[in-house]
Amino acid sequence: MKILVGYKRVVDYNVRIQVKPDGTGVVTDGVKLSANPFDDIALEEALRLREKGVAEEVVVVGIGPADLTAHLRNGLAMGANRAIHVVTTDAVQPLTAARVFQKLIEKEQPGLVILGKQAIDDDANQTGQMLAALWDRPQATFASKVEIADGKVTVTREVDAGLEVIEAELPAVITTDLRLNEPRFIKLPDIMKAKSKPIDSIEFGSLGVEANDHLKTTHYAAPAKRSKGVMVKDAAELVAALKQKGLL
Amino acid sequence: MSKILVIAEHLNGKLNSSTARAVSAAAAIKPDAIDVLVLADNADAIAADAAKIDGVSRVLTIARAENAHPLAAVLAPQIAKASAGYSHVFAPSTTFGKDVLPRVAALLGVAQVSDVMSVEGSHTFKRPIYAGNAIITVEADAGSTVVATIRTASWAAAATGANNAPVETLSVDVTLPTHTRFVELQSGKSDRPDLQSASKVVSGGRGVGSKENFEIIYKFADKIGAAVGASRAAVDAGYVPSDLQVGQTGKIIAPELYMAIGISGAIQHLTGIKDAGTIVAINKDGEAPIFEIADIGLVGDLFKILPELEQALG
Ligand SMILES: Cc1cc2nc3c(=O)[nH]c(=O)nc-3n(C[C@H](O)[C@H](O)[C@H](O)COP(=O)(O)OP(=O)(O)OC[C@H]3O[C@@H](n4cnc5c(N)ncnc54)[C@H](O)[C@@H]3O)c2cc1C
Ligand SMILES: Cc1cc2nc3c(=O)[nH]c(=O)nc-3n(C[C@H](O)[C@H](O)[C@H](O)COP(=O)(O)OP(=O)(O)OC[C@H]3O[C@@H](n4cnc5c(N)ncnc54)[C@H](O)[C@@H]3O)c2cc1C
Repeated sequence: MKILVGYKRVVDYNVRIQVKPDGTGVVTDGVKLSANPFDDIALEEALRLREKGVAEEVVVVGIGPADLTAHLRNGLAMGANRAIHVVTTDAVQPLTAARVFQKLIEKEQPGLVILGKQAIDDDANQTGQMLAALWDRPQATFASKVEIADGKVTVTREVDAGLEVIEAELPAVITTDLRLNEPRFIKLPDIMKAKSKPIDSIEFGSLGVEANDHLKTTHYAAPAKRSKGVMVKDAAELVAALKQKGLL
Repeated sequence: MSKILVIAEHLNGKLNSSTARAVSAAAAIKPDAIDVLVLADNADAIAADAAKIDGVSRVLTIARAENAHPLAAVLAPQIAKASAGYSHVFAPSTTFGKDVLPRVAALLGVAQVSDVMSVEGSHTFKRPIYAGNAIITVEADAGSTVVATIRTASWAAAATGANNAPVETLSVDVTLPTHTRFVELQSGKSDRPDLQSASKVVSGGRGVGSKENFEIIYKFADKIGAAVGASRAAVDAGYVPSDLQVGQTGKIIAPELYMAIGISGAIQHLTGIKDAGTIVAINKDGEAPIFEIADIGLVGDLFKILPELEQALG
């Protein structure tokens, strides 16, 4: 079985995002970029399935500008067999990303696609579900446990009410939650080895995907700030303050 | 002319309050009609609850055995069919809505607006990105159905009681997939208030130190009638189950009182509590970032302070 993994590059989760004063975007020049944490988890899960003998090949997919190759090399260094780079300088909305994956699926015929449950930049939480719809296959979102046997995948999902277990026939789309696994660290020799692994570049325009730009972002703003609070010195003062506000 | 279809969320035959929050967001558009769609195996009791929500014009039910559990692959084609004639389809941005609605959007070939915080016009909305560190204004295409999930923490639940909307059964002609099956739901049954809708929440973090120690959090929460939450670190360390996680990748909540105990205040945690009325922080480190956003801060050892608080409460 072959596994396709979404491997998106985003602003590192430690960066404190600043909105540009003129409201046209957020400052991304010179900030640290990393793999979307959920995508590192997706890749780790795919690698573990390969190590268990459930899968033979793991392919990381990135959609983005020319300099995305350095990021894809990290995915290769982590252990993916090869990478596909869909080259575009345009903003890619989730439906478009899903359509790109659908095209790649037609060509690659994977048994499983693993994406992050959300990318931590746009926090859209859509691409996997949209892909499953377009592909007309099962989806198992927010996965915290994945087991594959007999052409079926059993997934434990983190839902508001607790943990939901579902069973789906393969091929299927899984999106990862944080507790699925802990991604491995990349070691130096792996970076050297990754240099010889293939990255296929495909021009976005050549895929025949209709770019969806139904949503226009017209303005960016910083969130409303909470005003600075007060410090109390002990439990009695805290109780008094809460009683005064009518909260206790 | 706007006509809005709101997808009802329910569990164990009961309507979830997130539905009434999504109705509030729908009402903000001042539409001609708000219809609530209930997909269930047995929809009657849920539909009766939904019919009482202010502003609801009609409740539509699709009762089929396949709808016993909320499987996105099964629900989405029915919702996509039912959405014909509606200008907007809304669902709460809970794990239910997040799972099913993008699948509906893709079937309709339209984009989805995730986590609507405010309505600026029939096709213009505000939503958070980067864990709430930026708020964008997005305009949806006027010629397509608007599919959107509603950030429940931003909307008060529409009032219930005064309304008595008609309930109608709907039959949609779609073949449903059988490739996905529900196995079980493991939920930590608890008599405590529900984290997502509670007016008071007491959360513990890594500072609590162990599963056993977490009893002190439960005990205090029970004393003041609060729901219990946790940071990711506390969940990862196994102190509490995952459905108690508050934050960017957990639950986004807006209680009147939020008490963060032994929680440092990482940006991903703060995302989940930005709309809380009053935030109280108890932490032994006076430099912890949680104090930058807390309305009331108390520096000290939680194991000393919590018993003192209980005593002060009598
Ligand atoms: C002003 C603006 C500028 C933008 N500029 C760019 C840009 O220069 N380049 C760009 O690529 N996008 C750009 N985007 C698009 C944006 O960053 C997201 O790629 C897009 O909106 C998808 O949303 P999401 O990633 O939050 O989706 P989600 O549904 O949250 O993503 C879930 C998962 O889908 C997969 N996935 C989604 N997108 C990709 C991808 N591109 N590559 C690999 N896997 C993916 C990942 O596994 C991810 O974890 C821009 C958006 C805006 C609003
Ligand atoms: C992609 C991503 C998503 C994430 N999503 C979330 C999320 O949804 N929710 C979330 O919470 N986190 C999330 N995180 C994790 C987040 O970055 C932090 O690691 C986490 O919130 C830290 O939890 P904590 O405050 O309990 O632990 P710590 O940061 O370790 O803080 C513990 C605090 O307890 C205090 N303390 C210790 N002992 C005592 C005592 N006896 N009395 C009083 N105080 C004491 C310490 O001073 C310290 O401030 C996410 C991270 C990533 C990368």
